[in-house]
Amino acid sequence: MDTVQRADPQLYDFKPYRARPKIVWPGGKQIAVWVAPNLEYYEIDPPANPHRKSWTKPHPDVVGFSHRDHSNRVSHWRMAEVMSKYGFPGSVSLSVALCQHHPEVVADANRRGWEFFSHGIYNTRYTYGMDEAQERAIIEDSIRTVREATGQTIRGWLAPALTHTTRTLDLLAEYGLHYTCDLYHDDQPQPVKVKSGRLISIPYSLEVNDHYGFFVYNMSPRDYADALIRQYDRLATEGEQSGTVMCIPLHAYLIGQPHRIGPFAEVLKHIAADGRAWIARAGEIADHYYDHHYQGAAHGA
Amino acid sequence: MALEPSYLEYAKRREGYDHDLYEWSSIFSRSPVGWPGGKSVAVWVCVSLEWFPMTPSDKPFRAPGHMVTPYPDYRHYTAREYGTRVGFYRLLDAFKKAGVKASVATNGAIAERYPQIIADIVAEGHEIIAHSTDMNGAIATGLPEAEERALIERSLAALSVAGKKPSGWLSIARSQSWNTPRLLKEAGLTYMCDWANDELPYAFSNGLVNLPLNHELSDRQVITVQQQSIDSYAQQVGDAFDWLAGEAKRYGGRVLPLHITPYIVGLPYRIDAFEKLLEQLSKRREAWFATGEEIVASWRTQQ
Repeated sequence: MDTVQRADPQLYDFKPYRARPKIVWPGGKQIAVWVAPNLEYYEIDPPANPHRKSWTKPHPDVVGFSHRDHSNRVSHWRMAEVMSKYGFPGSVSLSVALCQHHPEVVADANRRGWEFFSHGIYNTRYTYGMDEAQERAIIEDSIRTVREATGQTIRGWLAPALTHTTRTLDLLAEYGLHYTCDLYHDDQPQPVKVKSGRLISIPYSLEVNDHYGFFVYNMSPRDYADALIRQYDRLATEGEQSGTVMCIPLHAYLIGQPHRIGPFAEVLKHIAADGRAWIARAGEIADHYYDHHYQGAAHGA
Repeated sequence: MALEPSYLEYAKRREGYDHDLYEWSSIFSRSPVGWPGGKSVAVWVCVSLEWFPMTPSDKPFRAPGHMVTPYPDYRHYTAREYGTRVGFYRLLDAFKKAGVKASVATNGAIAERYPQIIADIVAEGHEIIAHSTDMNGAIATGLPEAEERALIERSLAALSVAGKKPSGWLSIARSQSWNTPRLLKEAGLTYMCDWANDELPYAFSNGLVNLPLNHELSDRQVITVQQQSIDSYAQQVGDAFDWLAGEAKRYGGRVLPLHITPYIVGLPYRIDAFEKLLEQLSKRREAWFATGEEIVASWRTQQ
């Protein structure tokens, strides 16, 4: 890649948020809402990646590790029960090695009818610095591991710890994956330019990710719940013009803490009762978009 | 250049953890526990009582709350001491008023420097948890084992007052080395509070118990790090209690840890709200105010 290509790797076309073809979600709904729990495994003593450090402290980083382990001992079930109660399936960003370490967590999500996509092998193994063969290896590992553990074929990708190379998206399309959650440029699905095959971006959201809410913006639990409701209300209203997507990306060890889960339950209750939302899995949103809108959008319509 | 092939090898990719420190289980699949008197939510107040030398050693790291300015940092040294002299006594009075027995995670240096405080803690029926030597007494991998062992011994020796040795341990910033659980066990301790991965006590492989101290709901995290108000803190604790009380009806007893710091909640403009919180919690029929030692003991009899 030369300097110009590096400055803009041409992931998608510019398309202003105005006068777009009308998206109508199934059932005439104005907004597709999907919930994306990150089910992760962080290694306690991972090998070093020269481009990024895993833990800030010498291993074992007790607070860092144990906080995340809370998901797999306590808060996954707390979060999942609230989601099931209000009728929200998860679309799981999965550290696929969780299938080996804690199959109980993966089985619980599978039983609830949740969809799985890959979030890499571990959230402590980064893509930075991988060559093509290594990237292929983690994609193939992801497909195989999730299929063996759940019977599902993964259709999407969220790069482990959001670490990419400029070849990642091309490889995902080549392996037949349908969506990426790594691009944050829009509130509607968008075609992604890939070397072969097809790929779309599905709005995921850093801004209303619980990690951003609690650790970047330092919101209280009730403030975060209020932010989600405002995000929802606005996108639902805009969706009258052309259907929007809202993702709620979660980490059980954050949202599933006892002081946060109550206000969060109120958010799901609000969305479920509103009537404008199509509560869906990521793959269903991708299917609807491919079936009705991809063709036009990918060809500049 | 590609990463080393070993970066894609996963030697510990297996069922269970990638370590042998403790075993996995889900809190929702364990036999339910109950607390004395038919109570369902154990409220564990744990105060960190710290002495920060004006000379941070930074080995292996500088503890949260430690000195900030070039020497002499009168500002932070005295602001922390304010917590010890004034804020802590406000807390002791608040505990007395609400009938609360608390755990005080105490630096050994507090006992050496201010024996009156230890006498007051003991006289008022609170528990002393060993909290290292002073705020330079941090532990992390890299600290030679002999030094870590000596640090634990010094802390316990300083805090073994009135013939009683602490049974619990809290590390500075909860930071441990690979050796810590073994050394704590060898030092005769019963439990530690460093690992935040659960909401009930659970046993490490070596028999040491971990009593999780929720670090996200501490006054340090909520008020100092996240810059929220004392009213928001109190509301969050109240929300947590409500949730746990509801969950306890289906799944058995729960623990709500309140990890507090004298120089944070013990300030005049915050203490009223904290006292009110204690009063409200103490009126809840589900609440069992208990020390860490009492919670661990009750849990143990049910295993």
